[in-house]
Amino acid sequence: MLILECPYCGVTAEETEFHGGGEAHIKRYGPGSTEEEFNNYLFAKVNPKGVHFERWRHANGCGKWFHAARNTVTLEVYGTYTAQTSDIPQDIKDKVSAKVPGWSWREFE
Amino acid sequence: MKRYSAFAVVREALSYHMGWERAWASPEPKKKYDAIIIGAGGHGLATAYYLGKNHGIKNVAVLEKGWLGGGNTGRNTTIIRSNYLQDASAALYEKARSLYETMSQDLNYNVMFSPRGVIMLAQTEHEVRGYKRTAQANALQGVTTEFISPQRVKEIVPIINLDGPRYPVLGGLWQARGGTARHDAVAWGYARACSAMGMDVIQKCEVTSIRQEGGKVVGVSTNRGDIACDKLGIVVAGHSGHVADMAGFRLPIESVSLQALVSEPIKPCMDCVVMANTVHGYMSQSDKGEMVIGGGADGYNNYTQRGSFHHAEETVRALCETFPMVSRLKMLRQWGGIVDMTGDRSPILSKAPLDGVFINCGWGTGGFKAIPGSGWGFAELMARGYSPLTEQFGLDRFKEGRFIDESVAAGVAH
Repeated sequence: MLILECPYCGVTAEETEFHGGGEAHIKRYGPGSTEEEFNNYLFAKVNPKGVHFERWRHANGCGKWFHAARNTVTLEVYGTYTAQTSDIPQDIKDKVSAKVPGWSWREFE
Repeated sequence: MKRYSAFAVVREALSYHMGWERAWASPEPKKKYDAIIIGAGGHGLATAYYLGKNHGIKNVAVLEKGWLGGGNTGRNTTIIRSNYLQDASAALYEKARSLYETMSQDLNYNVMFSPRGVIMLAQTEHEVRGYKRTAQANALQGVTTEFISPQRVKEIVPIINLDGPRYPVLGGLWQARGGTARHDAVAWGYARACSAMGMDVIQKCEVTSIRQEGGKVVGVSTNRGDIACDKLGIVVAGHSGHVADMAGFRLPIESVSLQALVSEPIKPCMDCVVMANTVHGYMSQSDKGEMVIGGGADGYNNYTQRGSFHHAEETVRALCETFPMVSRLKMLRQWGGIVDMTGDRSPILSKAPLDGVFINCGWGTGGFKAIPGSGWGFAELMARGYSPLTEQFGLDRFKEGRFIDESVAAGVAH
């Protein structure tokens, strides 16, 4: 089972205590944006076979949203971090770079 | 290619069944094809078959990174039905269901299509209203379904428990000509028919990049060398996002694992397919006697082909309530397949942003039933640039807000 640690309350629990919220670090577009931008914001998913940055909610716990860096093939969790950031913490970045050779970083906003 | 028939069985018996030829050839890839299909699952092979049969395009290769039909074609619960709410879906799935009726004869390969009937149980007032509406819509679409009473449900499925404590059975949507088919045979039958037309079905050939020149596709690179093509069809289900990335575009798709399991074989006890969408479980009995059970999809992106354990528990718990007799069955096998989920739970059959590339994906949790219809429509789209079957299923429908919303209509199980 997938085991995650909530970065807010520090509880480590298996997946039924959490609720997946899909891709993280999406830049939101609203009124005034182009159709293309709005379409990409709503629908175009990265859906990677490999490292995925995503939102989770500690639904049966403290109820807060947080971020996780996880591998979609091996289910390895590289780390979880709070949602109050637009960038990925350096220690998690280093861990991913070390564990996944050839992983290329894109710009996160 | 020798035809399969009763006479062939007798003829081959004379030589102790040592003379059967291979069902399909395993050729080396040529330098160039008119069309390449990536993915030798049911949908990819059906596309190739109808390209040849309906449109005369026979210089076709079907590339498969693993083995033939080893993805979701070999991992589903083999249910065939067409009781969808939206017109576009009903047309596509009913085309597929009607092609299944004659598939064994068309392909000269026994796909064991068994129109044993499919019931979708209504277990809440909301579902009762929804399925009555679907039955009315189906009447207008020319799809034969009816809403039946709990007593009819009990007559058709004697082992069911109508008076579940939390979700009593209030009725059901019954499609008498729905059913099941032998999933592997569908892939094998199409592969054999494609091979007989001179097409190349190439296994263990993984596409590593898609080559383009001047905004147009010119071929693919594979682990068995570069292969050129005029047209490229991407039919790779759960890996659609991965392959689309090679062609330089993103899809409104997320890949998750959907699981299924089968019990030990028992004597015949249920001769139709029962789907219980409220409690998330569906079941049918295979010809071997195993109860074939469909479970839930994972709540997060993954490519693991196994699925979360708690979904198996939830599904089995729901089925024990609905069919008390299964509570003492042992489960034999459990597995998962990577399904490609779109936001509106409807597939994408479309031209891709890169010229010459076509994409057939997004079948999510219900692709097997659509295989022949999908192949029929997608082949027409690839050959002629337009198909009435696939018209509504374009990639641009998301941008334009024209969803084919089967997720709200509960035409799908998840």
